[in-house]
Amino acid sequence: MAKSKLDWQTGDANDRQAPLSLENVHVAYNTRRGKVRAIRGVTIDLHAGESLALIGESGSGKSTLGLAIVRLLPDTAETSPGVITYRRDGREVNVLQLKPGELRAFRWSECAMVFQAALNAFNPVLKVWAQALDTAKAHGWHDKEAVRRRLVELLEFVQLDPKRVIDAYPHELSGGMRQRVLIALALLLNPQILILDEPTTALDIITQRTIIKLLRELKEEQHFTMIFISHDLAIAAELADRVATMYAGRVVELGTSDDIFYRPRHPYTLGLIRAVPTVTGGFEQLFSIPGSPPDLVDLPKGCKFHPRCAFASDRCKQEEPELEEVSPGHTAACWHWHEVEAELQRNPLHRGALNLTDVIAVDVEVA
Amino acid sequence: MGVIQSVWHWLATTLKLMTYNKAGFIGFLATTAILIVCLIGPFFIPLDTQTKLDQIYQPPSAEHWFGTDHQGRDIFSQIVHGGKDVIYVAAIAAFLSTFIAVTFGTLAAFAGGKIDGGIMGVTDIILTIPQFPLLAVLAAFITFDNITYLGLFLGALSWPALLRAVRSQALSLKERDFVEAARALDLGTGHIVFRELVPNMMTYIVISFTLALTAAVYTQVGLVLLGLVPVSSSNWGVMISLAWTQGAIFFRDAMWRIMMPILAIALFQLSVITMTRSLELAFNPRLRTMV
Amino acid sequence: MAPIIEVRNLTKQFGKGKERVTAVDAVSFAIEPGETVCLVGESGCGKSTTGRMVAGLLEATSGEVLFEGRNIKQLSSDAFRRYRQTVQIIHQDPYSSLNPTQTIRDILTAPLLRHHKAKNRAAAEARALEILEVVDLTPARDVIAKYPHQLSGGQRQRVAVARALTVDPKFIVADEAVSMVDVSIRVSILTMLARLKKEFDVTFLFITHDLALAKYFAWEGRITVMYLGRIVEDGPTQRLITDPRHPYTQALLSAVPEADPELAQHKRQIELRGAEIPSLLALPPGCTFHPRCPYFVPGQCDVAAPPLEAIPEGGRVACPVRRQEHVSLLV
Repeated sequence: MAKSKLDWQTGDANDRQAPLSLENVHVAYNTRRGKVRAIRGVTIDLHAGESLALIGESGSGKSTLGLAIVRLLPDTAETSPGVITYRRDGREVNVLQLKPGELRAFRWSECAMVFQAALNAFNPVLKVWAQALDTAKAHGWHDKEAVRRRLVELLEFVQLDPKRVIDAYPHELSGGMRQRVLIALALLLNPQILILDEPTTALDIITQRTIIKLLRELKEEQHFTMIFISHDLAIAAELADRVATMYAGRVVELGTSDDIFYRPRHPYTLGLIRAVPTVTGGFEQLFSIPGSPPDLVDLPKGCKFHPRCAFASDRCKQEEPELEEVSPGHTAACWHWHEVEAELQRNPLHRGALNLTDVIAVDVEVA
Repeated sequence: MGVIQSVWHWLATTLKLMTYNKAGFIGFLATTAILIVCLIGPFFIPLDTQTKLDQIYQPPSAEHWFGTDHQGRDIFSQIVHGGKDVIYVAAIAAFLSTFIAVTFGTLAAFAGGKIDGGIMGVTDIILTIPQFPLLAVLAAFITFDNITYLGLFLGALSWPALLRAVRSQALSLKERDFVEAARALDLGTGHIVFRELVPNMMTYIVISFTLALTAAVYTQVGLVLLGLVPVSSSNWGVMISLAWTQGAIFFRDAMWRIMMPILAIALFQLSVITMTRSLELAFNPRLRTMV
Repeated sequence: MAPIIEVRNLTKQFGKGKERVTAVDAVSFAIEPGETVCLVGESGCGKSTTGRMVAGLLEATSGEVLFEGRNIKQLSSDAFRRYRQTVQIIHQDPYSSLNPTQTIRDILTAPLLRHHKAKNRAAAEARALEILEVVDLTPARDVIAKYPHQLSGGQRQRVAVARALTVDPKFIVADEAVSMVDVSIRVSILTMLARLKKEFDVTFLFITHDLALAKYFAWEGRITVMYLGRIVEDGPTQRLITDPRHPYTQALLSAVPEADPELAQHKRQIELRGAEIPSLLALPPGCTFHPRCPYFVPGQCDVAAPPLEAIPEGGRVACPVRRQEHVSLLV
């Protein structure tokens, strides 16, 4: 069975069904202090072949959501109500109801997770090859030669020298190499979906760039369906087709990358964008969002962002807004998104290539 | 007034945190109970010294809770009187070894260089000396007629392992940014050691103290059992030693006489060790402020 | 006026024998009072080590640190104490830079009392409350009684700044001071630091790996780029960001991920000849960037370390090959 999966899965253009749908997903942890409500009703469809970025700050629930999809949450987590539907070849399952055996198959062969390239993502006493073999064996793939061929192919794909890497221990590799190995291992069983949690965090800038390039290739050439989880807006701008902004356990805005970066309609998204400088763009005034993220045990009433929001009204203090369509394919959960739109007309974001003309004008291109 | 209030608050917080671990809290209650019995009990329960030939080796009963010994004396009263010295010696030993280990371990870590080298050299030498045989040999020359000396002696030999552990803890703490910040602010070595380093090792120090305490109990009982320390008073170790030398292990009837002090020691040790679970919680600064 | 801080041929080596590495290699620069200088580079470039030597927390292997024109090694004990207090450091990780067993009150009053900035506990507390207001930690009365873990990351970093302010510093080394703070709060901390610069005449050495932050914070100041222990380029921020000359600076700027989809699409991709940073244990000869440099000239770059030379546009560049070439970062 494993052999047949060796080839890259190319996105089936006829398959319009979302390979992954989250419906009203909730996650809560019971702690001594009370119930930590990490995810509160997330509904989102992941389209075949798209890359979706989940962005938000610490405590927004983005990492919890990633872990919930591959069911790696600690035992103390409650995951009801909510349905996570996974589809492949016309069949579908509810991920939240998979039995332990099925879950293991799901995690690697269907939906693989790539963690931040810290050392603890590896078993420190196993060489890369042994880690791969263990994973393959656990999924009933016993042909050692085939596993090796596949691993070499994948290591080459992630631009590592297989000879050097395959018999190395994790600590012998640099951070960038470890991240590549993790990506290669995630691809071993040819999953349909790849979830990457902070794929470039803690890496040096030039290494980050090489990983971004690699992920772009996965996206543009292999048409992988990917979810990026990051606190770094730049990852979303560089890699995502669609972006979901998360705040206090909810998706507060969802749209194409351009929608989110140039036409944000949620005050939190706007706040994030205005807080992050660019290097090659012009100099712009930055603003931070006042206050801090809410306590997930003791959430404010109404819209969870209202204590930090410049647009907040009495309604925001009472009623929590649901996602509503602000333009085709672009939704935002804000009672006052029209005002955000008006604000952007008054004080436009100095972004996008149009605003680069002044910078480019200075340059005399050396051909 | 403020002081009394804050001490009271501290105690209340500590107690509350200790209840978070049930086993640990039971250990704490048991330890307290044993301490009360051993320290205050002797004032209320007289030591039974009268030979009663008609009551030799009786099993536990309403009259003699723990049975009687080879002279018909009440074992319970002996247990009550025999704990004080054991605990006293162990406490002295534990205090001394913890004090040496914390002071010199932190100093070695913080000063580094030659001071560190010197302290570690001495530590390693003492660590390699087999303690028990040394004590056995020393016992032949020194008469431990004063049990305080015995405690000091045990303490003076048992600090090296703890010192190494404290030093490595302090070494890692020393690299923490708040210590560097204290250096940048020129707050002085005394402040850094006693305000920055030691409070962060409190949990560790308290737990090490209790472990040193249990270790000292065993060493001490061992020495007494082997007859290397003169039999000076009623003491759990002495009770086992006497029962043993008088052949109590050979009579079924004599079982209570030898079992009771062993049980007393085991129960004390178990209570103290279990209590450390709660101590871990009680000295965690993060938890303290959550109550 | 003498520079407030100057370093000359500052060098730091760690380890012994074969394990010996040179973390900082003959670095020289001067910082005038009121200036804002950013030290930028990737991990292992020596920027933090340089910062700690400037703050007197690490002794240099060779070279000197001058404080107001005088070598800190030759200061009298009184003068050294003044230097010690005038130059403060703010660390990257606010979870490790505050002692978890102390309240904010303990943290702030200890230096005030130690250095007689307050006559007694009550005065020290009053001063601590004032300083908390300065760093926008309000209500100060609530904050002062708390333990560090009861505060958010951003608030802790403000406490770290407040602690530095207790001794009235004139020079602050901010070592990755906002890189662990949530994105939405970063700017407010930078704004607060910028305010201190104006209100209290504090000069900043801002150490960061994030060029976008460096550009924002030091827009009117200077950026110094380090690579494997050496300065490869420095200059006024606006020149260095728009017209970088050293191939490493260019590579760095082109590699930074941009939080703007169109910019991300339009950035020039600079292909390096090697992806991995060489180990400090086996540094390449000559220019240490030559094994990765797209403009490598055999027989020149791999022979002698290129000197830092001034360019007319402002600043210094350690690359004789590309010093005069402009490269656009956008296509």
